[in-house]
Amino acid sequence: MEALLDRLKTRFDVFDFEQRKKYQSFCSVNKLSLVSLVTYLKATEGFKVLVLITVVDWIEDGKFQITYLLNNPELKTDLGIRTFISRDNEEMESIHDLWEHAPTFQREIREMYGINFPGSPRVDESFLLEGWDDIPPMRREFDTKKYSEDTFFPRPGRKTNDPAEYMKQKLYPDEK
Amino acid sequence: MKNKLNILNWKPDRSSFPDMGEDGKPVISLDSEKFIKVWQGPNHPGITGNMSLELTISGDEVVESKTHVGYLHRGFEKLFERRRYIQCFPTCIRMCVPEPDTNEYNLARGTEELGGIEVPEMANWLRMIVLEMARLQVLLRMVPGQAGTMGLGLGVQWGMYYRELILDRMEELTGARIYHMYILPGGVRGLLPDGFKQRLEENLVKIEGFLKDLDKLILHNAVFKKRTIGIGHIPKDWVDQYGIVGPVARAAGYQRDVRKDYPYLYYDQIDFDYNIEHESDMFARFLVRRKDLETTLDILRQIMAKMPDKGEIRAETPNVLHWKIPKGETYVRCESSRGEYGFYMVADGSEFPRRINLRGPSYTHAIAVLEKLLVNANISDVSAIMVSLATCPPEIER
Repeated sequence: MEALLDRLKTRFDVFDFEQRKKYQSFCSVNKLSLVSLVTYLKATEGFKVLVLITVVDWIEDGKFQITYLLNNPELKTDLGIRTFISRDNEEMESIHDLWEHAPTFQREIREMYGINFPGSPRVDESFLLEGWDDIPPMRREFDTKKYSEDTFFPRPGRKTNDPAEYMKQKLYPDEK
Repeated sequence: MKNKLNILNWKPDRSSFPDMGEDGKPVISLDSEKFIKVWQGPNHPGITGNMSLELTISGDEVVESKTHVGYLHRGFEKLFERRRYIQCFPTCIRMCVPEPDTNEYNLARGTEELGGIEVPEMANWLRMIVLEMARLQVLLRMVPGQAGTMGLGLGVQWGMYYRELILDRMEELTGARIYHMYILPGGVRGLLPDGFKQRLEENLVKIEGFLKDLDKLILHNAVFKKRTIGIGHIPKDWVDQYGIVGPVARAAGYQRDVRKDYPYLYYDQIDFDYNIEHESDMFARFLVRRKDLETTLDILRQIMAKMPDKGEIRAETPNVLHWKIPKGETYVRCESSRGEYGFYMVADGSEFPRRINLRGPSYTHAIAVLEKLLVNANISDVSAIMVSLATCPPEIER
């Protein structure tokens, strides 16, 4: 892993390297270098498998963290690559031409976080939420409680009775 | 001689089928009256869970397929962000109904890794036994289930009975049949009851007998062979390109099994091998899962022989209601019956997880792979191909 990091450092501006376990590391990279780094890892370093693309919302810093987790099946190692984009300019370059299942991840992220991946196939088609017109629901500022209170009709609570009193009224209505 | 050659060179008349465009995809014009749209699902006997396939059909051939999910979306990943780690457990198991234990295990392991907790040996053995029992009960339904999609329903009924035997043992060990919540951060909830190993062994012997019947019923069945051999073929170069995992990758000749590649718990002390086939069609995937069944029985026996009788089952953790997990991130994975099942977890130093993301096998199998695999398939094979990929919609729409 350290040798790989040295090779990456000479070519790309990777930073915040962290070895989580023997076979798994994470590093960060500038938004503009991400696609070239991922392409290099796939073509040259044997990271042939895209495990996932996901987003973490750091609302307090005004940033989205996009994590690309790649796997090298021969060496059995994982490399997670983090990149940060501004919450005000939520757009990221697409990697749909590198892996066939990348558009699915990007389509879901587009819907759930509102991050656009221009050029990604079917990226604007709804994934889970047909006809959704609110803010993207996985953003931290989306208030689930308020949404459900505004959207769904409030259901009155269940009526409860004191069992002894209820039985008395039902069975012996005349008794005082 | 000339006639023979003509037969060899015969190609079906496809003049009534759609023209192929330059991009290799069929040119679909619904106005041409060559096509009809069929919605298979969201509720359909051939669909696993609530998922819908929008099929464009020409004759009885599928020319385009689109997977629609969202019928089960309950926002689990959003809910996790508002719950303490321990409160995530009752929620996470709902992300895969047939095999909930993999969710419990991944969440517990991720929490332990980020929180720096060492799990006692006995607890790890008990986790293994639960995970293998979970795999066994899924395979007992899934293996004959493949034939069920072709009208051979008897195997499914038999399989369900033997699955119930394993669910009995689950109930005995954990108190519940489906959602166990047995694995918690730091360990497990209880030791094996008295006589458990003997009763489980009796069940395993019965299941071995069932496997012989299953072979006679399904494996040597002419209808099953005719409808699976050579159908639903996945080219080998798709495996990495589409992120294919588990039995589907192993049926294409790839040695992929998380238990051997990234050993967790004590799987490195267990003697078992990859179950590989090379044909990569539905029959090969059936054979791989059929072998996985036998391997699981063997692994369960090895675990019972190797595990100690007593020991600590729970490491000491901070008060789980006020447990602040240090900032960090990890990806934990285990081998479910369908393949690699992983959780990407990010902690921000508070009592609440910042992000928990599930990556299940169906995320690619049911969308990218299935949509492409169904093109040119016969409409009667759609359910069978889908089941051979072991799709499970809840893990797509967490």
